[in-house]
Amino acid sequence: MPNGDHGDEFRGSAVPRLPLEPGIGDLSSMISAVEESDYSIPEGGEATTSGGGALRQVARVFVENKLAVVGLAVIVFMVLFCWLGPVFYSTNQTNAQQALVSSTANTAPSAQHILGTDNAGYDMIGRLMFGGKNSLIVGLAAAALGTLFGALYGAISGFFGGWVDALMMRIVDVLLSIPPLFLLIVAAVIWHPSVLVLILIIAFLSWLIPARLIRGETLTLRVREYVQSVKVMGGSRRRIVLRHIVPNAIGTIVVNATFQVADAILFLAALGFLGLGVQPPQTDWGSMLSNGVNYAISGYWWEIYPAGIAIVLVVVAFNFIGDALRDSLEVRLQQR
Amino acid sequence: MIGFTIRRIIQAFVVIIAVMLLVFLLAHVIPGGAARAALGPRATRLQIAQFNRLNNYDRPIIVQFWLYIEGLIWHHNLGYSYHYNQGVTAVIQERLPKTLVLVGISTILALVVAVPLGILQVVRRNKPVDYALTAGSFIFYAMPSFLLGTLLILYLAVDVHLFSVEAPQGQTVGSILADPRGLVLPEVTLAAITIASFSRYMRSSMMEAMTEDYVRTARAKGANTTRVLFFHALRNAIIPIVTLLGLSIPAIVSGAVITETVFNFPGMGLLTYQAATNTDVPMLLGTAFVATVATVIGSLAADIIYAVVDPRVRYAKR
Repeated sequence: MPNGDHGDEFRGSAVPRLPLEPGIGDLSSMISAVEESDYSIPEGGEATTSGGGALRQVARVFVENKLAVVGLAVIVFMVLFCWLGPVFYSTNQTNAQQALVSSTANTAPSAQHILGTDNAGYDMIGRLMFGGKNSLIVGLAAAALGTLFGALYGAISGFFGGWVDALMMRIVDVLLSIPPLFLLIVAAVIWHPSVLVLILIIAFLSWLIPARLIRGETLTLRVREYVQSVKVMGGSRRRIVLRHIVPNAIGTIVVNATFQVADAILFLAALGFLGLGVQPPQTDWGSMLSNGVNYAISGYWWEIYPAGIAIVLVVVAFNFIGDALRDSLEVRLQQR
Repeated sequence: MIGFTIRRIIQAFVVIIAVMLLVFLLAHVIPGGAARAALGPRATRLQIAQFNRLNNYDRPIIVQFWLYIEGLIWHHNLGYSYHYNQGVTAVIQERLPKTLVLVGISTILALVVAVPLGILQVVRRNKPVDYALTAGSFIFYAMPSFLLGTLLILYLAVDVHLFSVEAPQGQTVGSILADPRGLVLPEVTLAAITIASFSRYMRSSMMEAMTEDYVRTARAKGANTTRVLFFHALRNAIIPIVTLLGLSIPAIVSGAVITETVFNFPGMGLLTYQAATNTDVPMLLGTAFVATVATVIGSLAADIIYAVVDPRVRYAKR
């Protein structure tokens, strides 16, 4: 269920990730797991274009794919909204006492509070910016950390092969067999959830799939002619991994990272719902939502829709970008 | 194939033991530990020491783990939950069937809806229906399940009294099934999100099948669209879905933590969550054990089913 996950097929058929109903766990991750470990046949073939063109290719994706542009626009808007927003729309978001003095709790949208206030008297628009920062930071940082570590782990495992590979991949198997939400809950109960702890916990769940993907990619890359020729010419292992294998796997890495961000944001929201998200007076979109859920039954719709819509928008946006990147990778592979 | 299966089963056992050890270690890091959780904050140091002695918590962790595994193998005993004042096995035996019902029905429901939807999208690809369904699947995939559940409760149970706010609370599976008004919303919540991803899966898998050579051959031989679609393409496109079903087994067994919490459904998911928040260590280990076994069996089943259904798959000897 982390969620994440495109097996050998990351580049082929669009393998959608399975639902993150946390608890369900990331099925697709297991799929890729299955495919990677048992079905994939290392095949020789042409190398993808080298790293130099990667940026240009990414740029081309955005020119060609309208949905990717929409996704990017949504993300840029959200980032500006959360970080620059408070500059223009300054609200108190940390002083609980002052919040109740200067405004009342649960007020409906009005001229003073365009989206009303929450149950603690905080202005909802300000809260959305304040919580959005944490949601986006945790999502991006957890995905980046997880992907980075996973890619390195996978590249090393695949490149060395043999018993090193077997051992490293069995560790991944074991960790993938633990239901992700179970790990999240236990970890969040053990360590008091702060932004940093949440990043680390979610990253710990996010590195497994990239590790598997990159390991599979490395297996096919290391037997290719240009890698072999570097070996023959006396290139060091480090050079081969860093200059030849990683740049050629960068497409897979980037595509996967994009989906990991979306999943990390959903994971954080799920934790927020269980009361294990960022703790007050800090907040994140999931915690806001979970807070609002208790009051929505009284008709306070403004306490759930803003955060709910923000989560859906951002997750959809990252999925749009991920799909577009993967499609372009697939097309590029097909064209050759 | 048989060699592969045997190897995978041995591997599965190793994975289960390793996961249990990991979870065991993790559970022992929970602050306060099992004694505090069971005896309450006012327990004296002596009481705690006594409790730890009684439950072997003062022994080295590896010895505890060995005793745990021994009890599991010889007595099918997962320990005793002080929170429920019942054996862990007994509580799980009561909860497991309910979760099987909840998630099982929703998975079947998702399958029944998602497969035709995926086919429809391929038939009408790049037409309004396809775009609308794709948009829908993106949105439901992105929607946190607790938000969907809450919205359903708000509009269909509170505003319009169509369904109950809470899931059925009966003791037995029969009493849960006897209350469809309570069961509908959790089922729909779970199914909607599963449909979103199953149908995307189905669409891409079907789309890929339609480009295969055997489809072109069938067309060239004069098969009409319906025949090509259902006889040639669907049979191949359904294979990944079969695998998905195998991989859904853990979800069916370990429950849906979020959805069960939203609707207060007395299943495995809610049990896991409550065990974690109550620091009910034996119960937590028990639910983790069940979930892990299900996960391992699920992926094993998926591998085997895949090979059986798709003769092109041959497992490489390693």
